[in-house]
Amino acid sequence: MKDWRYWLTEQRGTLLALGIFIVMFVIYTSNHPAGFTANVVQTAANKGVLLAFVAMAQTLVVITSGIDLSVGMIFLLTNCLASWLVVGTPTQTALGVLAVLAVGLLCGAINGAIVIYGRLQPIVATIATGAVYYGIGLLLRPFPGGSVNEDLADALTGRVFGVVPASLVVLLAIVLVIWVPFSRSVLGRAAYAAGSSETAAYMSGVPIRRGKFAAYTLAGLLASIGGLFLTFFTYTGEAAYASGNSYTLFSIAAVVLGGVSLFGGKGSAIGAIFGALAFRTIGDLLFVFDFDPLWQPLFQGVILLVAVSLGAFALFRVRNRLEWFL
Amino acid sequence: MSETTLGGIAGRMPKFIRRADPAVLTAFACIVVLLLLGSLYSRSFLSPEYLLQQLKVASFLGVIATGMMLVILLGQIDLSVPWSVAAGAMMACAAAAYGPAGVALAIPFGIFCGVLIGIINGIGVAYLRIPSMIITLATNAVAQGLMVVYTGGFSPQDSATGAMRYLATGFAIPGVPNAVIIWALIGAAMVFVLTRTGFGRAVYGIGNRERAAYLSGIDTRRVVMIAFAVSGGLSAFGGVLLAGYASKAAQSMGDAYLLPSIAAVVLGGTSILGGRGSYLGTVAGVVLITLLQSILSVMQMPEAGRQIIYGVVIVAMLLLYGRAPASR
Repeated sequence: MKDWRYWLTEQRGTLLALGIFIVMFVIYTSNHPAGFTANVVQTAANKGVLLAFVAMAQTLVVITSGIDLSVGMIFLLTNCLASWLVVGTPTQTALGVLAVLAVGLLCGAINGAIVIYGRLQPIVATIATGAVYYGIGLLLRPFPGGSVNEDLADALTGRVFGVVPASLVVLLAIVLVIWVPFSRSVLGRAAYAAGSSETAAYMSGVPIRRGKFAAYTLAGLLASIGGLFLTFFTYTGEAAYASGNSYTLFSIAAVVLGGVSLFGGKGSAIGAIFGALAFRTIGDLLFVFDFDPLWQPLFQGVILLVAVSLGAFALFRVRNRLEWFL
Repeated sequence: MSETTLGGIAGRMPKFIRRADPAVLTAFACIVVLLLLGSLYSRSFLSPEYLLQQLKVASFLGVIATGMMLVILLGQIDLSVPWSVAAGAMMACAAAAYGPAGVALAIPFGIFCGVLIGIINGIGVAYLRIPSMIITLATNAVAQGLMVVYTGGFSPQDSATGAMRYLATGFAIPGVPNAVIIWALIGAAMVFVLTRTGFGRAVYGIGNRERAAYLSGIDTRRVVMIAFAVSGGLSAFGGVLLAGYASKAAQSMGDAYLLPSIAAVVLGGTSILGGRGSYLGTVAGVVLITLLQSILSVMQMPEAGRQIIYGVVIVAMLLLYGRAPASR
């Protein structure tokens, strides 16, 4: 096989997600009353980017064949924290942003430490830590409120050169600064290898523990970037349990749509980003077609159900029935 | 591992303690500690009325945790509990609005809806081989969507039937709440199924190694599917009881039962990887969680503090005895 065909096979999931997103976005904008304008794109981008960050976070953990059911709660917690800290003079704001990111990093590191060094199952461990993070968020913001440095918020949620949504630029920058170096580093390789076959990776001397730990930690960081952006959009902090839960849920949907294998070892955060954007666009299709918003949860649930069921097609390739049982 | 470390001490203990699972013993020890702490805080904590009241509250969680335990024994997990509970409660109350036949069928109909959710989970896990935590999250979302559409986003106005209220709050035997009797019956049935039937053996076998169970001639996929259906049904039944207790259903009534039900099962010494665990442990876990909740509410701990303590206690106890073996 030629090099480009290898590349194509490797990126199939990502390209499929990109395709779904483009089709959905064309349907969305062509039926939107305002049409394809900078405003529509900006609004859509701002909504999509929130989920994209959380989905990126989920991807890192899913690649190691784990799962992080606390991403939504880290997202909430950092939102509540940002509504206290990201205010005041530029210096204070910058320090506040750093503090919020550090807290996200810490939450991710705690998850990683419990799962990897404490050897607990990721599902139970992250549900439990998620409860803790939610509790802390609720302590910070028992009632919705707070504020944020509005200059920074407007700059990051506005448009660059009047056309390109600034949030997309930030997303791109984060991909270039965090995802690309990580996926090409030894640790990133180790994370993939641990997800693909932990035993084989261990036997080959791959630093699987450090790789997985880095994945969980960076996941916390990415979720906190999402939390920051939520604060920039809403100007407030709110510890809404349902919202945190649905972000966790949607991040899994986005990851699946983005072609990341839930068994680990396969997929990329870029795919998950397109998965997130596609998922948001599909959810918003209901609005342009004038459906009752009440139907949205059901619609999103059905998309999620269909998306996860698509993975079942791999069963047709099973030759030996023992392969059913992983 | 723990058996060898405890060997020296256990040798001098009575036989029934030696045979017991250290996790279950730890859980019971924690219950005693909590009771002592509670009695220091308030004199009435050890009164029979209060303890019976706690047992009644625990029985709702107990019914739900029973289903969760069956699924966890398989090495799977059921994250669709929140909206299975809510769907069971809402649908039972909804059925009650349709005349006498509806009132009579309210409870079976609520359970039936839960079983339906469970069957979808089961098909996804057993036949489509979708990871259980993913498919159950998805069915949870769909169930939520259906309930939101049905209720219009508000808590439904229908109220629970007399039978539901009687099951949850009545006293068939003087002094013993019906809810406790129901939990005892369901628990007894579960113990019988797990220890005395082929289905129970199959559940433990699949939890240990599904491949081996399959090769031994067990229809593992059917067993998995039935287990999920039972879990869905019991969650919904828990919802029905809760609706009877509160005399109506509410939007997010099930949210408070996901983490506690998993925690109760896991704290009771059932391995989250499946294949190991006893119902006695689950009972201990349920009582432990309920007492913890009760003490926190007696101390007037706000919701935030409760969530934090919950999470910390669960992680801490799991670190004590729920760890996976070290890699090689």
